[in-house]
Amino acid sequence: MMVKCHSLSLLVMLLLGNAVWGSILEVCPSCSIKSIKEAVAAASDFDTILIKKGVYKEFNILLNKPLTLLGEGLPLIDGEDQGEVITITADQVTVDGLKIINVGTSYTTDFAAIRVIKSKDFLIQNMVLEKLFFGIYLEKAQNGRIYHNQIFGDAEEEFNSGNGIHLWYCQNIEVDRNMVQKVRDGIYLEFSDNINIKNNISTNNVRYGLHFMFSNNDVYENNTFENNGSGVAVMFSKKIKMRNNNFRKNWGTNSYGLLLKEINDAEIFGNVFEENSVGITIEGSNRLQYDNNDFINNGWAVKVKGACYENVFRNNNFLYNSFDLSYNSKLNDNIFDHNFWSGYTGYDLDKNGIGDVPYRPVKLFSYIVNRTPETIILLRSLFMDIIDFSEKVSPIFTPDQLFDASPLMKRFK
Amino acid sequence: MLKILKYSYYDLIRSRWSYVYFLFYLALGFVLLFLNNDLSKAVITLMNVIIVLVPLIGTIFGVMYFYNSKEFTELLLAQPLKRSSIFLGQYFGVAGSLTLSLILGLGIPFTLYGLFKSNAIWDFSLLLATGAFLTLIFTALAFNIAISNENRIKGFGYAVLLWLFLAVVYDGLFLMSLIVFEEYPLDSYSLLATMLNPIDLSRTLILLKLDISALLGYTGAVFKQFFGTDAGLMVSVAMLSMWTVLPLWRLAYKSKHKDF
Repeated sequence: MMVKCHSLSLLVMLLLGNAVWGSILEVCPSCSIKSIKEAVAAASDFDTILIKKGVYKEFNILLNKPLTLLGEGLPLIDGEDQGEVITITADQVTVDGLKIINVGTSYTTDFAAIRVIKSKDFLIQNMVLEKLFFGIYLEKAQNGRIYHNQIFGDAEEEFNSGNGIHLWYCQNIEVDRNMVQKVRDGIYLEFSDNINIKNNISTNNVRYGLHFMFSNNDVYENNTFENNGSGVAVMFSKKIKMRNNNFRKNWGTNSYGLLLKEINDAEIFGNVFEENSVGITIEGSNRLQYDNNDFINNGWAVKVKGACYENVFRNNNFLYNSFDLSYNSKLNDNIFDHNFWSGYTGYDLDKNGIGDVPYRPVKLFSYIVNRTPETIILLRSLFMDIIDFSEKVSPIFTPDQLFDASPLMKRFK
Repeated sequence: MLKILKYSYYDLIRSRWSYVYFLFYLALGFVLLFLNNDLSKAVITLMNVIIVLVPLIGTIFGVMYFYNSKEFTELLLAQPLKRSSIFLGQYFGVAGSLTLSLILGLGIPFTLYGLFKSNAIWDFSLLLATGAFLTLIFTALAFNIAISNENRIKGFGYAVLLWLFLAVVYDGLFLMSLIVFEEYPLDSYSLLATMLNPIDLSRTLILLKLDISALLGYTGAVFKQFFGTDAGLMVSVAMLSMWTVLPLWRLAYKSKHKDF
């Protein structure tokens, strides 16, 4: 019985295999098929189009059947600023190993290097995209994978640039090991659920490294966001998991590592925020868990802008930030517990590793700077130390319910 | 002038005050580095000490020395010597020995802990440079106060008040003015107000290196332009030099016209 089963499945696999892999069509400047468009027209379902090294000046290549577009030696497709380069409308399409440059810029149509429309089970990998408007644009796509692509834009201003990887109404997409530089938003998600974004490096972008709008149940982990206008913006989304990401050097007026606006029930675990003007800005966000994050050398580690309830900060390390926390209201419904604060000056008489005196992370100075930003110039002056001290002894301006009742004596590992 | 400078300098060394000052910084440096092996963090802690303590010691020491050596000064005045060289010589003797104590006292422990191999060297040199400037400025101000006041108690009082004003009260007034006028653009004003107080200026200069992310984060274009460039550093150094030269010029002027 077992043997019969095996041979049957083998037969099925062989048949299927034949169907899936199909035949191979070669494209090169000296071949019989000289352009990718011709090859696509000539190909039947599940064929592979092998593109040899060379320069192909083409645009509006429409992949409307399940094909594999495979580049050999990184062939170059030059869109000559005419419009979109590759458009995928069929399911089960693979695009692998091509270099695309000169995507057209338009203010009425969002031209992309690769656009995926309503297709499923696609794979886009090992691509190099340069001089682009939008990079990879997925609209209403599902179950796809964007893997190991390099996107180098030349964006200067927000209004005339596009996003690196753009997801609109997508489901179950994996975005893995991509490198995105100098576009508007490195990775942008709108109305996209169950997206997994991991191991990407998004740097030097004009606006955000990663941007969520109205997207729920997404995960991003092990990404690095460095030197962007701002690191990551998560807005109007629910149940986002943010784990082990690196937010670095997002500097400037109104710049932050992570912006949370109208976010509910998210998890923020194990991230590192280093040398940002503001580590996290939180606005109207409820029931968030902050656990095991490191805030190192930021201007402000966390800035709470109001309407934030039931957030829990536990086991985080606040190391050498100019300000640990800034609050603009006297009301506090958030919990700070078991964090390590480098500014903590209390003692631990019973030697249980937890300070015996509560730590108040909001200083009077941070309250004043909130009111009058120019007063930042008095940072670390003796006068400020004196009034901070007196405020610490008896809080008047800062929320008196806001303290870490059990601050850690040693850095949480 | 050089002879008087030398005499004042040796006088201070004999009186052991320079040693005490030197040993204090030496101990401070070693203790800081012992507790916290990280050079760049030790620089941050030192900044707080330097911007408060150096002006205080400069002021007190300057006034004290001037009053103590009054008889000797009068003796010198009877000699055929230029008045300005007498007083400037004494000034440089005091300020020089204080600066040397500061630089050696902090320099030795940091060098032993591997300053030259670390990247904190620029921050540290800036720290020492501002420390030296503050010593020069506040000793000069102290000499000015002393030469204008025959009464020692009054002189001491003014000197301490001066320190208190520049180190604490000025910042308080500055803060109040910023809050009162918060409706107006304050960038240029706050830059100017910082420039007018050597302690604030030194603090800002060092902060440029240390807390830059906070400063860049929340400030307008004027701040950014100023702090972001070398021009800011140049202007600050020029301002500190002004703070040194102006009191010295007044000291020389006053010494010429004073009836002893």
